[in-house]
Amino acid sequence: MRVMAQMAMVMNLDKCIGCHTCSVTCKQAWTNRSGVEYVWFNNVETRPGQGYPRRYEDQERWRGGWTLNRRGRLALKGGGRLRKLLTIFANPKLPGIADYYEPWTYDYETLTNAPLQEHTPVARPKSLLSGKDMKISWSANWDDDLGGSTEHGDQDVVLARISDKVKLEFDQTFMFYLPRICEHCLNPSCAASCPSGAIYKRTEDGIVLVDQDRCRGWRMCVSGCPYKKMYFNHRTGKAEKCTFCFPRVEVGIPTVCSETCVGRLRYIGLVLYDADKVLEAASTPDDTGLYEAQREVFLDPNDPRVVAAAEREGIPGDWIEAAQRSPVYALINTYKVALPLHPEYRTMPMVWYIPPLSPVVDVVRDTGHDAESAGNLFAAIDALRIPIEYLAELFTAGDTAPVDAVLHRLAAMRAYMRDLNLGRDPDEAIPARVGMTGEAMYDMYRLLALAKYDERYVIPTAHAEQAHNLEELATDCALNYEGGPGMGGAGSGGGSGPFGEASGGANPIAVENFHMLRQRQTADHPADPADKRHRVNLLNWDGKGAPAGLFPARTKDDGPEGNPPADSGDAGTEPKP
Amino acid sequence: MTTLLWVALPYVTIAVFVLGHIWRYRYDKFGWTTRSSQLYESRLLRVGSPLFHFGILVVLLGHIGGLIIPDRWTDAVGISEHMYHVIAVTLGTIAGFCTLAGLAILIYRRRTVGPVFSATTRNDKLMYAVLTLTILLGLSATVAANLVDGGYNYRETVSPWFRSIFYFQPDPDLMTGVPILFQLHALSALALFCVWPFTRLVHMLTAPVGYLTRPYIVYRSRDEQLGMHRTPRGWERIS
Repeated sequence: MRVMAQMAMVMNLDKCIGCHTCSVTCKQAWTNRSGVEYVWFNNVETRPGQGYPRRYEDQERWRGGWTLNRRGRLALKGGGRLRKLLTIFANPKLPGIADYYEPWTYDYETLTNAPLQEHTPVARPKSLLSGKDMKISWSANWDDDLGGSTEHGDQDVVLARISDKVKLEFDQTFMFYLPRICEHCLNPSCAASCPSGAIYKRTEDGIVLVDQDRCRGWRMCVSGCPYKKMYFNHRTGKAEKCTFCFPRVEVGIPTVCSETCVGRLRYIGLVLYDADKVLEAASTPDDTGLYEAQREVFLDPNDPRVVAAAEREGIPGDWIEAAQRSPVYALINTYKVALPLHPEYRTMPMVWYIPPLSPVVDVVRDTGHDAESAGNLFAAIDALRIPIEYLAELFTAGDTAPVDAVLHRLAAMRAYMRDLNLGRDPDEAIPARVGMTGEAMYDMYRLLALAKYDERYVIPTAHAEQAHNLEELATDCALNYEGGPGMGGAGSGGGSGPFGEASGGANPIAVENFHMLRQRQTADHPADPADKRHRVNLLNWDGKGAPAGLFPARTKDDGPEGNPPADSGDAGTEPKP
Repeated sequence: MTTLLWVALPYVTIAVFVLGHIWRYRYDKFGWTTRSSQLYESRLLRVGSPLFHFGILVVLLGHIGGLIIPDRWTDAVGISEHMYHVIAVTLGTIAGFCTLAGLAILIYRRRTVGPVFSATTRNDKLMYAVLTLTILLGLSATVAANLVDGGYNYRETVSPWFRSIFYFQPDPDLMTGVPILFQLHALSALALFCVWPFTRLVHMLTAPVGYLTRPYIVYRSRDEQLGMHRTPRGWERIS
């Protein structure tokens, strides 16, 4: 037994309202830069829907993840090492920008400098790739809330798999939201696909990261990841991915997406697992056996033998204690309500989901029946085969039994808790029907419905005896990184190094974002205006005088003395209101 | 003049090439990438890029065979001059034209596909110019000397000169009688090697052959310092 710790997440889909706050705050924190405009480390997909990038789940096309070869051994679906190297000059399975969307901005400048005309001027969309006019035809959540699903609802990969039996009964499936981040897999196929070995799994907390200094831009990870959560920064030529907000997690605060989640549906905690059993579990012959196999890889943190083995591996005491309090472990193994996303990709994903019961409740309520009664809900779960099969395709490789079990447990909790809340005697027969005790059911209810911040996020701090250097503790100047302004460097933040815009050391993202925001607020052009360094930040302008750069440079056709009326006097330095 | 061109210049080039790479690797690891543009466009790339890269790999092997392996060795294993010549010219011409065709497709793509053109830096343009010139001169030297003129045995002049540089006993006189196209090709190659460490061509030096032997999943311990904070040079902790 080789015990390793993994930072993992569970999302309760019942609570997701599809507000995209997680996506937006994540983008503000991590991908608010040029080169990663189309990159969403966190995105929220409407199901049924195509997902982002479009149809990413179609592994017959993208060949991501692992598969079992003829001898029953685990192999990369996209081909082994030699095949990767032979196709390195043109990766045949790389999604193009059209599979994501072409990033754009609007030409806002025309709104202010258009000449007097009959019609209101329009800010046209401009491509951020070519700078040319473009027609917006897709985005990261174009099919949000089933928008346009009559047109392309049949493009859903999961729906296509189950509609062999039921010919596209689209309205019989129910809508729910699926927030997705990197799965930080136990058996990451992106890392296995990387020719340079730049992608690594951290031994301390299992977070999968890209070493930006080692990445050479071979793009194999993008194809290798079946969840398509590896992104290519087209500006720097390097791969980027969700970092599980490691600078935050290291100091014990949750990821940005969790912190800002409106529905409080995310749980973060440690899971201890047996690293020696990962390969065996990932090689389970039957796809539908992968969910159980992965659960068996996890170790019970309350088992004294596991604790002893963890201590032998050097896992600190407070980490073991955090693993014992982990809400993630409880939801996965104690209450068995969380399921992995697409276990059939065999990467052993570590972001799990509690499938949504509320659409079932809605169906029961819409028929006028009592939607809190265990009997009615159980009957509805058994009757609603298409939605259940859909969920099973997402979470258990098509096996409906675990999904049924989870939904029954959630339905039982709902019925059981109604009696408690109404002050009636609890019906102990309800938890017994799903194999639980009333006490366990109440604890599960507490964790799902009431858990406070420190119960939802049980994150032990990293052990580096360098508290001064922790990113989020403001005891050090944020500009004191190598080559930064604090060290006498330029700190050009997204500017150009000597060998094109990508060269030079990577600025910390927090610093780069700061510069980007400032530049964007002072820029009039879609992409890098040439004179941005000379612009005036109007927020700093005190209204007096006209500092250089307040007005654009005069061109010759402005005529002598420019445009200001003759009586404005010294227009160059003293603009009148 | 001869000494300048065929002794001083090669040594300067070697120095720039080696020191340039060391310097770039130490101070610009982040910029060390292929800067692939496949995300923007892949239809043309799928044809052009393998054509160019596999072509240039064969050309590279040909150069190793022609420049580094002395004709005595090939004679010793029983390959006659004529045999060598036929093989070299056939293979070289085919590979050369593949490379050139691939490069032409790639340059056409770079110019006509909007996003790719926008992502092209001045540095790239310079690199493309020198690279294209070198390939064109090399190919025309091969074609002109061997197919039109009936053969030029560079293994008696260019190759010994090339090796003499690495023995540190440079013999510039070997290059004086060489056809002008070969001379120009060698000079443009020197220019290419001079700009090499400062362009995206550096990706060649980190060709990922280690992938064939390393385990699939890489585990790494967290860095000493947390977050993305890097201790500045000269301020490392003592402990």
